[in-house]
Amino acid sequence: MSLFQSVGCFVVVSFLWENCSLSSSSRDEVLRDKRAQIMSRGLPKQKPIEGVKQVLVLASGKGGVGKSTAAVNIALALAANDSTKEVGLLDADIYGPSIPKMMNLKGNPELTPKNLMRPLKNYGIACMSMGFLIEETAPVVWRGLMVMSAVEKLLRQVDWGHLDYLVIDMPPGTGDVQLSVSQNVPIAGAVIISTPQDIALLDARKGAEMFRKVHVPVLGLVQNMSVFQCPKCKHETHIFGADGARDLAKSLELDVLGDIPLHVNIRETCDSGQPVVISQPQSDAAKAYLRIAMEIVKRLPVPPA
Amino acid sequence: AERSNLAGVQHVLLVLSGKGGVGKSTVATELALALRLAGKRVGILDVDLCGPSIPRMFRVQDSAVHQCDSGWVPVFAHQDKSISLMSIGFLLEKPDDAVVWRGPKKNALIKQFVSDVAWGELDFLIVDTPPGTSDEHISTVEALRPHKPLGAILVTTPQAVSVGDVRRELTFCKKTGLRVLGIIENMSGFICPHCSECTNIFSKGGGEELAKHAGVPFLGSVPLDPQLSQSLEDGRDFIQEFPKSSAFPALAHIAQQILDGTSPRSS
Repeated sequence: MSLFQSVGCFVVVSFLWENCSLSSSSRDEVLRDKRAQIMSRGLPKQKPIEGVKQVLVLASGKGGVGKSTAAVNIALALAANDSTKEVGLLDADIYGPSIPKMMNLKGNPELTPKNLMRPLKNYGIACMSMGFLIEETAPVVWRGLMVMSAVEKLLRQVDWGHLDYLVIDMPPGTGDVQLSVSQNVPIAGAVIISTPQDIALLDARKGAEMFRKVHVPVLGLVQNMSVFQCPKCKHETHIFGADGARDLAKSLELDVLGDIPLHVNIRETCDSGQPVVISQPQSDAAKAYLRIAMEIVKRLPVPPA
Repeated sequence: AERSNLAGVQHVLLVLSGKGGVGKSTVATELALALRLAGKRVGILDVDLCGPSIPRMFRVQDSAVHQCDSGWVPVFAHQDKSISLMSIGFLLEKPDDAVVWRGPKKNALIKQFVSDVAWGELDFLIVDTPPGTSDEHISTVEALRPHKPLGAILVTTPQAVSVGDVRRELTFCKKTGLRVLGIIENMSGFICPHCSECTNIFSKGGGEELAKHAGVPFLGSVPLDPQLSQSLEDGRDFIQEFPKSSAFPALAHIAQQILDGTSPRSS
């Protein structure tokens, strides 16, 4: 046997020896690690947004449960509870942006010398939304790929300045936008909003599961439109059912961060662009939002310095 | 040529809204029940892949879909096979499983839903959509185009943020050549069961004004009715069981307008 052949044999034998000497479980582990390594190369890397300390996401799975209304009021409540904090609000609902109307903001954002969009500000909150970039009646009829690049622009090509909290109002569903945001940005916590109806809870559960899949911590559930009190006779009606969200929270082992009742003034103030936390801070509704903001801050991890 | 699975369907109706949570699935369900009461054979295609509500509203969420020679067999909501349903809810292993898909996968499934479900002979196929104007909508309209859908019913709540989104949806319909059959204003006012005082929780009149402004028919205002929400939770037939409830007259009137609009006219 030549030297080359004997070295070759030695290599083969030692390779076989090594693999035989590994137990099957540690071999599986090695395989698993290698697979994870290869898979992770393909996934987008999470990059924090410049200037933003913590990102808070408001989602639900179901449409029309009050995400935008809550996002606006919670952002204002976070600022009201602690006036030293700077808060920003991003409307990630590309198809149905509600934030401009609720924050009474209109117009195209200016560009900074660095070619970043300057967020529009009202009530001390810096806002960015697709609604500022399109006409009021123009629909956004885009497939997922374009939506992803739009969301990326709304996240990173904005001059947010220095923010303690960036509240992201998510669209309904568990699709492209939710995935893109969760995969590209480190999220400090997610809050799920739901009404008490079973139909809404079914989707809220899917929303919570989606966040678990992408490893985003869910801070808790907010029960919206919990009960309606007739302004005339004070009789209480549970129009959308009672306490369903509390039961869901228990089954998912999540905290209920708060209950928001159905009040005409919440809708009226949002429609007129003067959210209830700012325009009627003594009302029950405003107090509910302020309490929820406090509970959220309690559950967020300590922000980086 | 092979007979398409939609060849036996007389009329295809889409229920759209730019806004979420305004009651699209509710309207689709109640319309189907009302048309069934009028003796029609109805099918509902639920293309909301992330939040399929239709199986729950008929209390058949645990049913499974079977295959036949021409494709998937729709799930029947009642023994008499008068309402057939197809939804991703029936294809999930557990009803709580989340469908976290990107656009291309959703498009593929929607194409299959349109072409591979053996609907058989139907008078109406109602398509329940998710909110927005995205992949699902583009794919559904494209897939249904050869079957010449009758048109779209737009649902809104009266408040300004809803009306704003539905205005966008109207433009979407115009751009895609989808005829707008009319606008429904849902959750229009709440009548206290105790003192009968009407409170406009979500405002009032926004949908009607939008219809007038856009020159499309206004199909009616449906009030907030806790009995309607409850019967949907329980999967009951609201149209048959609660004819005296506050939402019934409006829903019956809407169904009548659809029937009138599709009745054979003598030339």
